[in-house]
Amino acid sequence: MSDIWSLYSEKVMEHFKNPRNVGEIENPDGVGRVGNPVCGDIMELYIKVNDGIIVDAKFKTFGCGAAIASSSMVTEMVKGNSIEEALKISNKAVAEALDGLPPVKMHCSVLAEDALKAAIENYLSNSTSPL
Amino acid sequence: MRRIYLDHAATTPTRPEVVKAMLPYFTDAFGNASSIYSYGREARGAVEEARIKVAELIGARGEEVIFTSGGTEADNYALKGVAYANERKGNHIITTSIEHHAVLEVCRFLGRRRFQITYLPVDKYGLVDPDDVKRAITDKTILISVMHANNQVGTIEPVEEIGKIAREAGVYFHIDAVQTLGHIPVDVDELKVDLLAISAHKLYGPKGVGALYVRKGTRLVSFMHGGEQEKRRRAGTENVPAIVGLGRAVELAGQEMGKEVERLAYLRDKLIKGLVEKIDHIRLNGHPTRRLPNNVNVSVDFVEGESLLLNLDLEGICASTGSACSSASLEPSHVLLALGLPAEQAHGSLRFTLGRENTEADVEQVLEVLPGIVARLRAMSPLLKTQK
Repeated sequence: MSDIWSLYSEKVMEHFKNPRNVGEIENPDGVGRVGNPVCGDIMELYIKVNDGIIVDAKFKTFGCGAAIASSSMVTEMVKGNSIEEALKISNKAVAEALDGLPPVKMHCSVLAEDALKAAIENYLSNSTSPL
Repeated sequence: MRRIYLDHAATTPTRPEVVKAMLPYFTDAFGNASSIYSYGREARGAVEEARIKVAELIGARGEEVIFTSGGTEADNYALKGVAYANERKGNHIITTSIEHHAVLEVCRFLGRRRFQITYLPVDKYGLVDPDDVKRAITDKTILISVMHANNQVGTIEPVEEIGKIAREAGVYFHIDAVQTLGHIPVDVDELKVDLLAISAHKLYGPKGVGALYVRKGTRLVSFMHGGEQEKRRRAGTENVPAIVGLGRAVELAGQEMGKEVERLAYLRDKLIKGLVEKIDHIRLNGHPTRRLPNNVNVSVDFVEGESLLLNLDLEGICASTGSACSSASLEPSHVLLALGLPAEQAHGSLRFTLGRENTEADVEQVLEVLPGIVARLRAMSPLLKTQK
């Protein structure tokens, strides 16, 4: 596994060492939970939405260095976005923001995109429920 | 930063005494061991001396030792060599579900051809039941292959009992002794083995050299075709310096084994005890007592192995994990799954394997930094909350 070390960019290591937005949001407007223990990655993403703008995002992740860095990065990217903008954040964009991920770790960025989409879907299904 | 190497099951540093023994055979004594003039005779003498040293450590005769490029080649040769030489007798091979890939992948290869492979299960400690071996034997069985001790969890298998069963059934018995030779006594007659795989770089010898012990009279085909080296079984000019290195490493291991085993077992037990005391929700993988003296393998609940390793590496500590977040399959260690661990615990495994240069201070350093790392990772783990 030692090859993975040298393949992680400084940015990945920086986010891994000091992950942003770790934790949960109390009374979140949307929660997304993706991944499974068999693959060794589980990601939970919480969002707070005000007037269609994501004002806060937090995460909890069980996973490797790339999974933790991807979670940290996607929460950073999404804050201040409208729902529409947030839905456009792709796994590639997350990976690029981290100065790239090793090929075998690209699935971690996919997980980050999926977690965000799941949280937004959860928010939309809550907010459109009959009043 | 002081680096602490705790991955001796992966590889070991080559001892200076070993390097010193090897050096002349790169330069002054560079001859081809097959040449008849003085340079050749020097090289031949060194190769044969190393062969005797390897044979002595395992209670064999020199003529029963074949040099290879390492443990993987020795395992490949044992399995393929016996399989293809004994096809008329049968096509059934018995092995276990926790073997090293150097055995498992050969079995899968043979299994896709005309051979039938039985993969025996293990108990929660990683032990193979000799009765299972006995029951699996059919009139088509030609080979039983069981590792002496498991490289990941350190469990020492009951190979002596299995050897007895194999001998009574008239079936060849191969053991992978890569993790045990130099750590615990290995005697081919006591264990009743017909084939035994050895690697030099796991016992402070150089990489790229190993040996296969083949009991006299064992039928197996040649592995490499070409020149007449290694009695035509493994052709190719001998890697003389590496073979000399293997011989010296084996010699040193034999001289120092007893005391070093005691020292390592003490450090091992101190590390296990300390980890269990200092970290909640942590468990030892493998057998509590039938265990390699240098192996500590634990599962840390709610966290993933690679992130543990990265954090340890940032502290200068080198260990390994059964998590496979980086492999294409994403499946965790086949060994830990065979022990019955759920996937998330297999992903949270950490292996420390101690060696000659490790001290009590190294163990204390691990115990000092790991609890903090675990706490930090658990604080961001979604699994912990689910448990509450």
